[in-house]
Amino acid sequence: MLKTFSKGGVHPAANKLSADKAIEILPLPKTVTIPISQHIGAPAKLLVKKGDKVKVGQKIAESGGFVSANIHSSVSGTVSKIDKIFDASGYKKPCVIINVEGDEWEENIDKSKDLKKDISLSAEEILKKVSEAGIVGLGGATFPSHVKLSIPKGKKAEVLILNGVECEPYLTADHRLMLEKTDEILVGIKILMKALNVDKAFIGIENNKPDAINRFNKFVENYDGIQVVPLKMKYPQGGEKQLIKAVAKREVPSGALPIDVGAVVHNVGTAFAVYEAIQKNKPLFERVVTVTGKSVKNPLNLLVRVGTPTINLIEAAGGIPENTGKIVSGGPMMGKALVNTDVPITKGSSGVLLFEEKESKRQDVQNCIRCGKCVSVCPMGLEPYLLMNMVESKMWEELEKNNVLDCIECGSCMFTCPSQRPLLDYIRLGKSTVTKIKRSRKK
Amino acid sequence: MTILVTIITLVSIGVIAAVILFLVAQKFKVFENPKIDEVEEALPGANCGGCGFPGCRGMAEALVNADDISTLFCTVGGNETMAEVAKILGKEVTAKDPMVAVVRCNGNFEKRKRTNQYDGSATCVMAANLYSGDTACEYGCLGLGDCVKACNFDAIKIDKTTGLPVVNQDNCVACGACVEACPRNIIELRKKGPKDRRVFVSCVNKDKGALAMKACKSACIGCGKCAKVCPFGAITIENNLAYIDFEKCKLCRKCVAVCPTGAIHEVNFPAKKAVAKPEKKKQTEEIKEEINKTSENKLN
Amino acid sequence: MNKLITISQSPHVEGDFTVKKIMYSVLIALVPALAVSIYYFGFDAVRVILIAVAASVFFEYIIQKFLIKGKTTVTDGSAIITGVLLAFNVPSNLPIWMIILGALIAIGVGKMTFGGLGKNPFNPALVGRVFLLISFPVDMTTWPSNRFALAINPDAVTGATPLAILKEGVKNGEKVTDLLSQIPPYLDMFFGNVGGSLGEISAFALIIGLLYMLMKKVISWHIPLTMLGTIFVFSEILHFANPERFADPVFHLLTGGVMLGAIFMATDMVTSPMSKKGMIIFGVGIGVLTIIIRNFGAYPEGVSFAILIMNMFVPLINKYCKPKLFGEKV
Repeated sequence: MLKTFSKGGVHPAANKLSADKAIEILPLPKTVTIPISQHIGAPAKLLVKKGDKVKVGQKIAESGGFVSANIHSSVSGTVSKIDKIFDASGYKKPCVIINVEGDEWEENIDKSKDLKKDISLSAEEILKKVSEAGIVGLGGATFPSHVKLSIPKGKKAEVLILNGVECEPYLTADHRLMLEKTDEILVGIKILMKALNVDKAFIGIENNKPDAINRFNKFVENYDGIQVVPLKMKYPQGGEKQLIKAVAKREVPSGALPIDVGAVVHNVGTAFAVYEAIQKNKPLFERVVTVTGKSVKNPLNLLVRVGTPTINLIEAAGGIPENTGKIVSGGPMMGKALVNTDVPITKGSSGVLLFEEKESKRQDVQNCIRCGKCVSVCPMGLEPYLLMNMVESKMWEELEKNNVLDCIECGSCMFTCPSQRPLLDYIRLGKSTVTKIKRSRKK
Repeated sequence: MTILVTIITLVSIGVIAAVILFLVAQKFKVFENPKIDEVEEALPGANCGGCGFPGCRGMAEALVNADDISTLFCTVGGNETMAEVAKILGKEVTAKDPMVAVVRCNGNFEKRKRTNQYDGSATCVMAANLYSGDTACEYGCLGLGDCVKACNFDAIKIDKTTGLPVVNQDNCVACGACVEACPRNIIELRKKGPKDRRVFVSCVNKDKGALAMKACKSACIGCGKCAKVCPFGAITIENNLAYIDFEKCKLCRKCVAVCPTGAIHEVNFPAKKAVAKPEKKKQTEEIKEEINKTSENKLN
Repeated sequence: MNKLITISQSPHVEGDFTVKKIMYSVLIALVPALAVSIYYFGFDAVRVILIAVAASVFFEYIIQKFLIKGKTTVTDGSAIITGVLLAFNVPSNLPIWMIILGALIAIGVGKMTFGGLGKNPFNPALVGRVFLLISFPVDMTTWPSNRFALAINPDAVTGATPLAILKEGVKNGEKVTDLLSQIPPYLDMFFGNVGGSLGEISAFALIIGLLYMLMKKVISWHIPLTMLGTIFVFSEILHFANPERFADPVFHLLTGGVMLGAIFMATDMVTSPMSKKGMIIFGVGIGVLTIIIRNFGAYPEGVSFAILIMNMFVPLINKYCKPKLFGEKV
């Protein structure tokens, strides 16, 4: 019996169209647009100005607080402008626009492909270097990794869990990375284990990726304390709390953090980024992105520099099909629709997903028939129908009592609703309003 | 005999129940100032919350309990109602200028090109939570009608030809529900003005001139022409956006004439006599010039 | 690409589960019982069902179109289900005007007054049925014999249902053990060779429907199983205590509307609780009430009343039976 999380969950059609496509390197674009806020937390502070020459891997913006991350240039060239540009959030954010000239890397970056297994740095040095390299959670949440690695006083990490689940339909970026960079990921895991001072690490992989499970099972023999945990396919297994439940059988209580149950979760992509940062001195400025969609001619996985316009990726996959109705950054369940094709790729973009026109429109909303499906699929044990009703009647205090803030916005309720009710839209509004109320109460 | 027993039983039950009711009523009696009822009677009873209290009764209580009621005002009833309330309570009120809601966005379909189509839940708050809207202007009206839903007085409607809300000033009581509802803070309560005439900047775009122009042809570009021409110092420019202080404005309309984009609106003035409009080409050139000037200024 | 791209909130995909699909799956699940009723009652069954369905759909359409003035949703199939279920709950020789009146009450009072599909607190078909039962008790409890019985004995135009025989007998002080010899064998009752309302006669056909709905995940097992289980256990306790006064559990499971109620009426999504825990309470409640009404009440049959009474408690059950929060300690 394979492990999985116990409560709720749905099974959207997997559609992993690009699963057998090896990672290709996307040619450099003419210009890149690098937002200075690519992570959760405070935006970074700019270090460059118009006209400055930058190299690949040069720091161009500095972390603006504890929960923030450095931003590095992904190309070499001249800063042509600092302007507000639409990013994947749907709003205009300050961005550094760099004209690409050649491909000159910072001298200390090791460009070789050799595997470096020995970890010479101490835990503190690793933490410092991870923070310096601007690494954030690459699963999509973009939470700064060094924050997750610094364990608060009085708490102890007991187990490290690696997220190789990739439960979002369509996306295959992590899957390909696991197949092609197995050793590097495992060294990255060892580094993370050292930084956290834990001796156990689990890699959770869903059973729709048997090749990745087999490969890791073969490779982990050379690394102590790492174990592969095959998981039964179910969305949203990649959610932090769901993964901890599935792998370690621990439930993170409402309002608590994974570290409260002794667990730390990192994405496999993050582990790879950590490997490159520690062993190769390479800051985070490129990532693997899946370009896919039912109408896309040639779905593929690309290694892309941060700041590349989305259109370049789509061109590489065969161009925009005529009947495209929606372009989504990320997976179909939690991704964000893009306002135009010039939106730059950021550290958190795991995929570019093109929907045909007929797939991109929502169905008509009907009356709630009280079937209770939303209640039974909610992985957090909430009652989405009730929360929606409460938001509609503006019952903010009741919403707080019904744990609206526990919602992880996985979209299972809306996916499963037979009446196509916009449950998550309302719950999101409830969450943001309740957060505002809570904040004003503190003051 | 049976009848007698029945009658006696029923009567005694009735008496006991009456006594209990009486005692309970005595015990839980709450003293309320009878004037509260009187004042509530005088208030319009719209329960709109425009005064800041939950319903007219809340307002009535506050009016009765407060020593100085000059800070309290019923926007629905206006000065007449307040005078009546003052008479009941024997307190003083100061007359206030009537206000009206004003929509500060004039980017209609023609002037503000749509860049995408929104297909989520049709409320402005949710659209604003998701992204900057279906035009390139991230400050302007989303046109999904949260203000219409908030209005209890049928005073605001979305004009289908422009996609913008229009206030019916006869119905508007300035309760502020739409101001509260708008996630973009586009609607403002302004002085209704003498003969209902008023002048205001119908834009809230804080972007630099060039960017604002790109998004909407009738955006305020913050050129400052209006501020220069205003003889009363009523216009201030902040964050590339002009704002007319309605307390200082004397409705001379000089600013309306000089605004290169037509972002300043005048309402309820009699039609002007044959003022030749500048040619369109000239107008756009003028705008470009202004933008260049302002951006140069900014860089210096 | 010169068209405007669409922006909306996530999720960007929808499951293939729709209201229409649910309703038509329920209709398919009703087909075996429909076939059995036509087999036993012939043209009468067809007549009652067609009239009930047509009247239900007609009233729903008229009310939505002219009274509510909203969009009409007759195509979603819920009115058809109400019509079929109403027909299933009446005898095959009911006058046409009564069927139409029942449909009007079911749709008009039971459903539309509350705002249409999804907002009605009571199962509409049962509202119609109970209205008819109380208004026209004679017509509603005169069960025609099926056409095979008529072929053997043309005089026996009507026959009492097993439940009625039992109730009448117990009232007259007869022993249950003696009365059981007057009713058809359980195998006949299981396959439907017995008098009764159209749809309730064959437990076998209804169970096929249940399996289909479980397979299609239209309903979950919680309500039917707990309801039938409770009826079994509770009647077994009574039967064990006094076999001369109370009938055995199999009798209770196979007679009357128990199967129809457990499988199609109590599981109506709109009028049943949301959470699994709530569904179990709901099922147990119906089971207990059914047996109480059958054994101690004035009516021989209690399923309809039991379901309607428990429908009333659904909001309360929903309020207190919350699903367990993730990470919550028990």
